[in-house]
Amino acid sequence: MFSLASTATMAACIFMFGIFFCIVENFQHFVREVEEGVAITVLFEQGTSEEEIQEIGDRISLRDEVRQVVFVSAKVAWESYKDIYFKEAPELADGFVEDNPLANSANLEIYMNDVATQQDLVDYISSMEHVRKINRSDVVADMLTGFNRLVSYVSVAIIGLLLAVSVFLISNTIAIGISVRKEEIAIMRLIGAKNSFIKAPFLIEGAVIGVVGAAIPLAILYYLYNRMILYIAMKFGILTNVLNFIQVNELFRTLVPVGLALGVGIGFFGSIFTAQRHLKV
Amino acid sequence: MIALENVVKSYPNGVGAINGISLHIKRGEFVFVVGDSGSGKSTLIKLLLKELEPTEGRIRVNGVNLSRMKKRMIPKYRRKIGCVFQDFRLLKDRNVYENVAFAQRVIVTPTKEIKKNVPDMLSLVGLAEKYKSYPRQLSGGEQQRVALARALVNSPDILLADEPTGNLDPKTSREIMKLLEEINARGTTVLVVTHDQDIVNTLKKRVIRMQKGIIVGDERESGYIG
Repeated sequence: MFSLASTATMAACIFMFGIFFCIVENFQHFVREVEEGVAITVLFEQGTSEEEIQEIGDRISLRDEVRQVVFVSAKVAWESYKDIYFKEAPELADGFVEDNPLANSANLEIYMNDVATQQDLVDYISSMEHVRKINRSDVVADMLTGFNRLVSYVSVAIIGLLLAVSVFLISNTIAIGISVRKEEIAIMRLIGAKNSFIKAPFLIEGAVIGVVGAAIPLAILYYLYNRMILYIAMKFGILTNVLNFIQVNELFRTLVPVGLALGVGIGFFGSIFTAQRHLKV
Repeated sequence: MIALENVVKSYPNGVGAINGISLHIKRGEFVFVVGDSGSGKSTLIKLLLKELEPTEGRIRVNGVNLSRMKKRMIPKYRRKIGCVFQDFRLLKDRNVYENVAFAQRVIVTPTKEIKKNVPDMLSLVGLAEKYKSYPRQLSGGEQQRVALARALVNSPDILLADEPTGNLDPKTSREIMKLLEEINARGTTVLVVTHDQDIVNTLKKRVIRMQKGIIVGDERESGYIG
């Protein structure tokens, strides 16, 4: 009876953990996607050759925080500019065929693994020769970094709270189990049972509560998450272009082992501490 | 086999349960410990089971000084001591066979041996046919026999019995005592704590008399006048 109540509470905790895990993982997935689009643009002094720029690009790409370095030649820069600003009257751009107004605009677009490292990278690039100017998006970088940090803090706090509640509940169940079987334990001691023999059933009980309490909510979450993605895709098709959800199998490849380990861990260690406290020879 | 030297046991509230006793019991002896309530008889049993530590003095059982025994060795020590109590202390949700087998499972005896030992022990106490019964289906005397079978199944060197006939009628009490004598005849040292005068007077064994935590008499084949 107590085990049932404990399993149900454990299931509720792991369910909450699972929901939170899905939200955090998806949020971080969105953030990563946005981050991937954020780049630093490095412009160079007049007279810097394209070979020199490419060589600088090669040096920058060796750094850990750099994911990709794209060389944009003056010609490509002009083509891109022309496409945007002379779209309505392309003939007006013809006057610049022989005289590229962006002749000194060959640049490097640098994409990072993590926008939080942007300042370090900018400092490094600023110290390099031939670098004239660095364009960067401080607002986006700061916002993403701040958001990421906030989500991490909140997730740690909530997960910590859930773990504490679960340990308390398991501990309570085991303590009740010990008091119910007090007579049996006393007899075991008199007969000469070792401590490990007396404790073993309680540890196993704790672990089983953990496994069952984790498996049930994981199965429910798997079903619900799958349904939710399909529902959003069907009802809010436009959102899927902006919010790209992680596929259920990819997400649960991490969530299943983490959830099970958490359940077994809480059950096992919760009962070890309780048994240690209540069962003394 | 059992030796107590100047043993004192005081409880934290200052009450002295045993106030300095010395005692020697030889291997294979049958000893009664008698005395009124509060004389220290049950405390003596608890000290011998190492449920309690003496405040002063030394207890040696089978040549081992109990005060020096490490905690992890206590289970192994208790396996050599069988014990029965006034309230039988059987597991109510298990049948007779399981109650006796439980003692063997605790010390991790192979199932094959359990299947041989338990029926043997139940035959010895005369309960072979009731192996499927639950404690609630048995009389007091039968429950005490089950407790005896459980205490003896691991072949202990010593049997401690704390008021084993306290809840039984005179006829059943005599049967249980007869059984204890048989067990003693097989070589097990038996120590019985009781205040049942009839039993003590009938059996004519060594009687240690306790009063207010001290031994006031230790006589061979004496009777007991309460």
